[in-house]
Order: sequence, then C-alpha cells, then structure tokens
Amino acid sequence: MSNGVAPLSSQLASSEAAQAVSVQNLRKSFGSLEVLKGVSLSAKEGDVISILGASGSGKSTMLRCINMLEVPDSGEIRIGGETIGLRKGRKGMEPADQRQVDRIRSRVAMVFQSFNLWSHMTILENVIEAPVHVQKRPKAECIAEAEELLAKVGIVDKRNQYPSHLSGGQQQRAAIARALAMHPKVMLFDEPTSALDPELVGEVLRVMRSLAEEGRTMLVVTHEMGFARDVSNRVVFLHKGVVEEEGAPAEVFEAPKSERFKQFISSHR
Amino acid sequence: MDFAFMWDAFLTLLSGVPLTLNLAFMAVGLGAVLAMLLALMRMSGLKVLDWPAQAYVFVFRGTPLLVQIFLIYYGLGQFRPTLQEWGLWVFFREPYWCAVLALTLNTAAYASEIMRGGLQSVPHNQVEAARACGMSGFLLYRRVVFPIAVRQALPAYGSEIILMVKATSLASVITMMEVTGLAAKLISQTFRAIEVFVVAGLIYLIMNFIITRIIMAIEWWLSPHLRRPPAVEPRLEAAHV
Amino acid sequence: MQQLSYFELVGFGPNGWGWALLTAAGMTIAVATCGFLAGSVVGTLVAWGKIGGNVVIRGLADGYTTVLRGIPDLLVIYLFYFGGSAALGAIGSLFGADGFIGVPAFATGAMAIGIVSGAYQAEVFRGAYQVVSRGEIEAARSVGMHRWLMFRRIIAPQVLRYAIPGLGNTWQLVLKESALISVTGLVELLRQSHIAAGSTRRPFDFYLTAAVLYLLITWVSTYLFQRAETHSMRGMRRAS
Repeated sequence: MSNGVAPLSSQLASSEAAQAVSVQNLRKSFGSLEVLKGVSLSAKEGDVISILGASGSGKSTMLRCINMLEVPDSGEIRIGGETIGLRKGRKGMEPADQRQVDRIRSRVAMVFQSFNLWSHMTILENVIEAPVHVQKRPKAECIAEAEELLAKVGIVDKRNQYPSHLSGGQQQRAAIARALAMHPKVMLFDEPTSALDPELVGEVLRVMRSLAEEGRTMLVVTHEMGFARDVSNRVVFLHKGVVEEEGAPAEVFEAPKSERFKQFISSHR
Repeated sequence: MDFAFMWDAFLTLLSGVPLTLNLAFMAVGLGAVLAMLLALMRMSGLKVLDWPAQAYVFVFRGTPLLVQIFLIYYGLGQFRPTLQEWGLWVFFREPYWCAVLALTLNTAAYASEIMRGGLQSVPHNQVEAARACGMSGFLLYRRVVFPIAVRQALPAYGSEIILMVKATSLASVITMMEVTGLAAKLISQTFRAIEVFVVAGLIYLIMNFIITRIIMAIEWWLSPHLRRPPAVEPRLEAAHV
Repeated sequence: MQQLSYFELVGFGPNGWGWALLTAAGMTIAVATCGFLAGSVVGTLVAWGKIGGNVVIRGLADGYTTVLRGIPDLLVIYLFYFGGSAALGAIGSLFGADGFIGVPAFATGAMAIGIVSGAYQAEVFRGAYQVVSRGEIEAARSVGMHRWLMFRRIIAPQVLRYAIPGLGNTWQLVLKESALISVTGLVELLRQSHIAAGSTRRPFDFYLTAAVLYLLITWVSTYLFQRAETHSMRGMRRAS
C-alpha cells in the first residue's frame, strides 16, 4: 500500500503476479491533438488510485483506453497479466482479437459520469443483463446476487423501476451495482460524481468508500479531493497528457513537488 | 439500355412537365388559402369553427387521394342533372378542374396542420414583448407572429409542395396527360418499362431538386439570424475576457 | 327499374355489395400489411447502410431514399407492373410462349409498396437510432457485449420503441398508397368500388363508402399504434 512512490519500472519488475492493471507508455491522438503523450501507470490488486487533472489533461481518455473504449495509438495495456493485443488497422490501431477485448471488458467494469443505465430495462434487468448474456451465468443465481448488490448500494426497493424514475445518485449507485455484478477484477470510475447535484454526491462516495475498504482494485478519475486524500492509497496527477506528479496522498498533498499540482490543489479546495 | 430511345422518351415526357407543374402550383396556391382559413378556424377557440375544421382534416388526411379524385370526377357524375341545372357541370365535366379541386382540398388539409404548427411555435414571450411595445391585433400578427411562424413552417411546407408535385401523377388516372400519364402511355406502347421509368423518374427528381433549392433559398433569405455572424476581430473578443 | 336505396346498395342483401366491399377491404389490409412488412425489411437494411456502411454503401442508401421520396409512387407501381410482366414475358418467350404475361397483381403491389415505404421506414429507423443514447451503447461495449448481442439486447428494443410513432405515420401512408394498386387490376377496396360503381351507375355512393371504410381502417390503426406507443414507452424518458 505504501510503495506508490517507487518508480514505476521497479514496481513492474518486482511484483508481476499481484499486478491488476499496468499501462505502459500509452499514446493517443484525436486528429492532430495528442491527448496522451506516453502515460504509464500500474495498479496492484487492492490499489485504489485517484487520477486527478484539469479537464483536457487526458485522464478520462486514459481510463477509456484501459477498457478499450478508445484504442491507443501505441503503448501496452495489461490486465491481470494478460496483454491486450493490438494491430494496425485501416483507421489506425485496432484490437487484434475482439473476443479477447470482450473477455477482458467483462472483467474490467466501468462506471460512467452520466450513469448510462439502459433506459428500456428496469434497475434489476440492468444489473443482470451482462452476467446473464455476456458471462452466461444462470439467471436465478444472477437475480439473487443482483438483489444483494442492490441492497448493498441501498436501492433494493427500486429494483423494478426504470432508470428515469430514479434520482441521479440512485442511478449512479445502480450503475455501480451493475458494474459489481460482473465480478470485475478492476473497477474504473470516470468522474462518477461530476454529473450529480451536490447533495447527491455523498451517497455515491459512501458506496465507493465501502468498496475500497473491501479491498477492490479501483481506478477513479475524480475531482473530489476528499476522496483522493482519504480513500485512495495513491494519487496520480495528469497534465497535458503526461504524469506530472504521483505518490501516496499524504505525501503529494502535503508536499507537492510540481508547481502545477500545487496550483491544482489550491484551486480545488 | 437504348440511349437513343431514352432521349426520345425524355423529349416526349418533357412535354408533360408544364401540366404537372400547372396542377401542382394551382393546388398549392389555392390550397394555401383554404389551409389558412382552416388553421384559423382550428385556432379560433370556438367549437363551432374548430370542430368542422378538425373533421375536414381528419377526412382528407385519412382517405386516399385517389378515392377523393374518383369521388369528385366519377362520383359527382351521379348528380349530373342537378349540377347542370346549377351550371356547375362545365366545371365538373373537365378532368383538369376535378384534379385541381381534389388536389387543392387534399393539400389544404395537410397544409393547415403545418400552418397551425408554425403559428403555435411562436414563443409566448415574443408575443408578450410585442404587446408590451403596444402592438396588438393585425399589427402584432403582421410584424411578429407571421414572420416567425412562416420561418418555422417553411421546411414542412416545402415537403408538402414536393408531395403535391408527386401527387399530380394521380391525375393521369383520370386521363390527364402529365408526365406520369405520358409515361404510362409510352410504356404500354413500347413495353420498355425500365427505360421510361428511369427517364420519368429523372424528370421528377430534377423538378423536385429545383423546387427544394428555391425553398432553401427562401429559407436562407428569411432567416438572417441563423446565418453565420460576420467575423469579429479576434483582438476585440479577447479584450472581453 | 326501381332505384335501390343507399343501404340496399351497400348492404348485405341480394342486391347489396356489402360482402364484396368487405372482402375488398380485407384485400386492402392484406396488401398494405405485406407491403409494410416488406418495407420494414428494406428500411432496416437501408438504415443499417446509412448508419454503419462505408462511403459506397452510405451513398447507395442515401441515393435510394432520395430517389424514392422524389418520384411518384404511381410510377414505381407502373415499373413493377409493366417491368415485371416484361421480364416474365422475356422468360416466357424462352419457353416458347409469347405475348403479354400478366404478373400477379398482389405480389407486384406489395413489392412496390415495400420499395416505396422502405425509403420512409429507413429514415424512421435512422432517426430512432440517433435518439438511442451513445452512453448506453458505450456501457454495453464496456461490459463486453459483442456487436450482435448489443444490437439484439440494447439497440433494437430501443429503436423499435422510438420508431413506433414514425412507423404509425408510414403505415397510414402505405394504407392510402395501396389504393394506387387498383390501377394494376388487383381487386382491393377502390377497385371493387370502381367495379360496383360501373355496374350500378351509382359511383358517388360507392366511392363515398370506400372513403368511409378507409377512414375506419385509418382510425382503428391509429388507435392501435397509440396503444402500442404508450405500452412500449413505460419507464422510458421522453424522446426529445
């Protein structure tokens, strides 16, 4: 938990087995705009990493690359020791094996800023959709588990309602339950509280904190300094497509090395 | 494909274009007047006016145009003595006038809904603003309501005009020799359905393309507020930040 | 000869045309339904081409909808009717037959309606697809759904719901368009009325009856589509 300050390269060499996610030298451009300029990052099992940065720093793009929602131009992504194969396609890079991507995706769950619950399905149907149809698990088992998960995030009473009937905070908690139902090795959170009214942020953060306490591996793109400081065990600050500062929250928040990170902290108090 | 034949066919069918356009524009022009009347009836708030207008729209939109044409051209023949007595037979005897009448009644039903939509889309606050300036009655309609409503309704009205150009083809069924009538005749003489179809289709597409362009030009001319604003000097913009 | 009253004329008595008209109305519904379903197939494929196709396929799909919406439906019906019999005639002459061979009017009519309404339905489906939230599609990708599963579970159910009002409008168009098939001799409602009008010399009575029957069919189907819409929109956010 405490070796977040060690250089990435030595981490990679030392603890390959416990590695949950590793990203090496990731580059991604949209047109002429280079959003990621060689980002590296790794998470061991049980790590909770907060990824901070101003808008446009590339933090969401990096997260989306890990789930192959964006295909990187170069670099390597390993999930649980398995490298995602990439090859050159007609329009830039593309996944070499779509089946591998689908398999990996079902182990890397994503929680979106705008929840993205399927609007034509009830909350329960949303939660069991992927376990039943992608992972092909028995439906009865999935329903039982989904109800447990919904109870855990505190909205089991809403299970037969449609997403549009729920508040933003409830929708996001449902989306977290949907992500958990996949039994993910890694959970990616893309600004999970940014679309919420201030009074609804707390209920979502509470759920995320309890997940962190269970020892889940989480990568969280966020603007919530409190969460970064108190819950995560490592903080990564991205600026203009590179990692500008990285370390344990206690160290980086107390003694930031980078001038830009200092500015960033002071503007987000 | 036999291009010499198609060229001949093109020239033959081209002679039907004036009648096609004549029918379409007669119907659209007369239909617009009737449609405006219907739209105002529907928006009058008076049941005695609203209800008949609603029934009219329902009937003419709910039945095929060809049935309407037959009802007028063949159907009214059943009352020939009466119509002759009233001196209307000279009118209903002519397939041209029957076609114009049917097309007019038909397009009025659709166009009245378009106009009503346009009038209802005028934001209430703009009307209020006009009232606050002391406008009322006809002045309010002429200066604020109609200009906004016309801009709103124009795209849909454009589609309606295209539909009318297409609908004139049904006049061929009651012996009018417009483009489709000439095409059907040519096909039955030569049995070269595909070539004639291609040529006739092309003529309709050209007509509709030109009409669409004209409507787009009118739309552009009526909406200066939607055009790209003239470039502002970047230095001036920066000074505001 | 004594003039029959209107109700004797269109009634179900010995001199009445009631059964003939009702059968013909059934034929109208049958040919419209077949044409509509054919149009759904065409429309789905064309919409698919417009959304996911490469430049060539997209160009073809756009060309198809532009052309079909720019030319009169009657022309398309003539093409299928005369073109079909020309093609059959050519095949027939290979086997020694000659002269004009009529094509089955029902099939011609349904195909012509399918081709025309396919262009409209393609636009309806494409519009409905665009309403489906990109985020929900992304969420489906993120849980590892492959293309077909995503189409079946996430996209198709939503597109269908959003498409119902547009499909309702297209159905009304198809229903009215089916009257044009009467020019090919198919005994549907308008053709039957034409026949009855000719044999009784009471054209107004019969065309009026036809109009009333068309209105009735329109009215009932509007009601059914509205029912379907409210049913399918349970829990959905309003399409905006």
